[in-house]
Amino acid sequence: MANRNVVITGIGLVSSLGEGGAAHWDKLTKAGTAPVIDAERFQPYAIHPLPEIDWGLQIAKRGDQRQMETWQRLGTYTAGMALDDAGIKGNDELSATMDMVVAAGGGERDEVVDAGVLAASENRTDRDVLINEKLTTELRPTLFLAQLSNLLAGNISIVHKVTGSSRTFMGEEGAGVSAIETAAARIRSGQSTHVLVGGAFQTEHSDMLLGYELAGYLHRGPWKPVWQRQGSEGGGVITGSGGAFLVLESRDHAEARGQKIYAELGPVLSGRSRRRNGGLAENIAELLAKAELPEGDLLAISGASGAHAATAAEKSALDGNPAIAARALSSLTGHMKEAQFPFAVALAALAVDRGAGYPAFEVGERDFSGQPRNVLATAIGYHQFEGMALVSAPR
Amino acid sequence: MANLKDHLGRPVVAVTGIGVVTSLGVGKADNWAALTAGKSGIHPITRFPTDLLNTQISGMVDFLPSSTKGASALTYELAETAALEAVEEAGFAGADFDGPLFLASPPVELDWRDRFTLYAGDDEGSASERLLKVARSQNSLDMFDTSQFGSIADRLADRFGTRGLPITTSTACASGATAIQLGVEAIRRGECDRALSVGADGSATAEALIRFSLLSALSTNNDVPEKASKPFSKDRDGFVLAEGSAALVLESLESALARGAEVLGILRGCGEKADDFHRTRSKPDGSPAIAAVKAALADAGLAEDEIDYVNAHGTSTPENDKMEHLSLSTVFGERIRKIPVSSNKSMIGHTLSAAGAIEAAFSLMTMREGVIPPTINYDNPDPSIELDVVPNVKRKAEVRTVLSNSFGFGGQNTCLVMAREPV
Repeated sequence: MANRNVVITGIGLVSSLGEGGAAHWDKLTKAGTAPVIDAERFQPYAIHPLPEIDWGLQIAKRGDQRQMETWQRLGTYTAGMALDDAGIKGNDELSATMDMVVAAGGGERDEVVDAGVLAASENRTDRDVLINEKLTTELRPTLFLAQLSNLLAGNISIVHKVTGSSRTFMGEEGAGVSAIETAAARIRSGQSTHVLVGGAFQTEHSDMLLGYELAGYLHRGPWKPVWQRQGSEGGGVITGSGGAFLVLESRDHAEARGQKIYAELGPVLSGRSRRRNGGLAENIAELLAKAELPEGDLLAISGASGAHAATAAEKSALDGNPAIAARALSSLTGHMKEAQFPFAVALAALAVDRGAGYPAFEVGERDFSGQPRNVLATAIGYHQFEGMALVSAPR
Repeated sequence: MANLKDHLGRPVVAVTGIGVVTSLGVGKADNWAALTAGKSGIHPITRFPTDLLNTQISGMVDFLPSSTKGASALTYELAETAALEAVEEAGFAGADFDGPLFLASPPVELDWRDRFTLYAGDDEGSASERLLKVARSQNSLDMFDTSQFGSIADRLADRFGTRGLPITTSTACASGATAIQLGVEAIRRGECDRALSVGADGSATAEALIRFSLLSALSTNNDVPEKASKPFSKDRDGFVLAEGSAALVLESLESALARGAEVLGILRGCGEKADDFHRTRSKPDGSPAIAAVKAALADAGLAEDEIDYVNAHGTSTPENDKMEHLSLSTVFGERIRKIPVSSNKSMIGHTLSAAGAIEAAFSLMTMREGVIPPTINYDNPDPSIELDVVPNVKRKAEVRTVLSNSFGFGGQNTCLVMAREPV
């Protein structure tokens, strides 16, 4: 009988804390690691900025780097790390048969051109003509490609030669949940043997903040950790730039090529709570009930955004199970939108692999001292869509 | 008694509902009448002024209530209209479809009119600071929704009572085909008995037009709009930007037969292959497109000589049509000259994220009606592309199987194989 259990064999991570699974493990398990915060650039909003990155380490050609805006470069870079980690990068045969599901938003608009259009609009009534005038002459022709959602995957194909298939899912945190859920389902059913899955988010652009702030979701004022933002000024979300990619494989496929296995990916649950009607906490509890949680204490990597309503609902659902010790990763990385769920799953896999938990990321998180054989990862969307997965030690 | 499992032991996937909207009209009946009459939906742009634009024509959908309300509103209405036609035909009217939703739709961006409104709401600080400040004070959920990539699917999920977290996919100009593929795969995995796959694109804004124009992708044949889209012609000069939508209710054949639903066609196979050559150009040997076609045939369990008709991607760009011919002639060999290959885009233009779904809908209708829609504007054949493009006039033909191609920027290649009857 073929073993199509889904295992995690590659992890690529970038956040304000640094890059790589090992660097994140070291920082996140060291008590008292301080978050990297930039509270100046986008006042009154704090963000967690990208670390300095030597793009050439994963994107060899400068021409390729130039064809991408930061978001695509970040995703392509992080994907390369995951492929390296899984021993697939540079292996033409494995790359050409590898499927890919990328969770993506959109890329960065040209802020200078946009500001020029807006400034000119103050003295013009023919704004539609103004748009034609400015955009036809000032937009860089290839910028479109650097913005298109599916061109992150496109660049991964070009740079890393992953060409089995290429699918892009859109829809904030939910896209990351669906990407992992679909990739896992494809492996379990034999539709795929190995899949690259993940996403990236570059928050250092005013449009990316605007996407939250149109509904007042961003936290304002002094930085606070995730669970302590209720009642503060603003909507509770502090964003961060980052990326997370995973290589998922069938157990057989990974073992046949002798690849190190971090962890097994168990049930992946997704949902769409009709939040307007209330009941999000109950809906999250229902997902928990389906997650086949083991007996005993359970470490959970929560992707909670800090958004007041969603975070309160998640907290109430997690607190409803006294065995769960949750760690809100956004306290240290910021909210990374499409990358949020892949990031949480990656941290869960690292804990399972290292056989140790993370200390509390903030005051008030329950202690966890055991050796985790199972770790839960969650992503409850700041506005819509929910997901979680149980990551376990390989049996 | 039809086989309920396919050649690989997977559930056979039937189509039990079809809905479509294009510049030719709303619904299957109007679209089919126009399509088989060789009528073009391409017309001068009236939604915004075309001053300074090289391209001033399109296949926009200008007759819906949301046609002037921005890309997000129109994309939603297009999706809803097509989905409603499909679920009603399938007999799942009302608000309880109870299967997953797969939506192909364009990436969203805040509309310029909203940017202007926000900007005008304050007079201090940089443009971006003004936008952010006014945004948080207005706290407009309507504006917010247009900036969220999951909003349209979320609304559709409410409207039709689909199950679970809806998936919104973008594989550029192959998106519509990908949405169908996702539905087929979910049914084959046994996750559901039915799925709703929708492709919708109402994003033909001035900025979208300018972006494609800057990439030299669009036809500038403004004088005679209906003649601008001329796939496989020698003088083809780019695609025509267009809008539209289509929806398919996909259902396991077993479920369809059990409830006595009419089977409109079979989704027999899907194939894909990514191209690693270039962001907009295909690998010169056509190998990824060739691999996608072959993968679709293999998935369908059909040999090359069992395809009766090819619904081409046929965009009318110099590059696409040449590469599509290369890949088809490589896969089908000499026989390609005898297989009818037509492009719906000659009449409806390129509906981008919706194209794969619309063309799958038309492929299914082609088989049911026994009529192949023509490739219009085929007045000046490209001698290097030897294909039977069903020139200018529809053709009666028995079509049992169709290959429908979708290729997109970012190396996306997705092919669908459909059949009229189960086996």
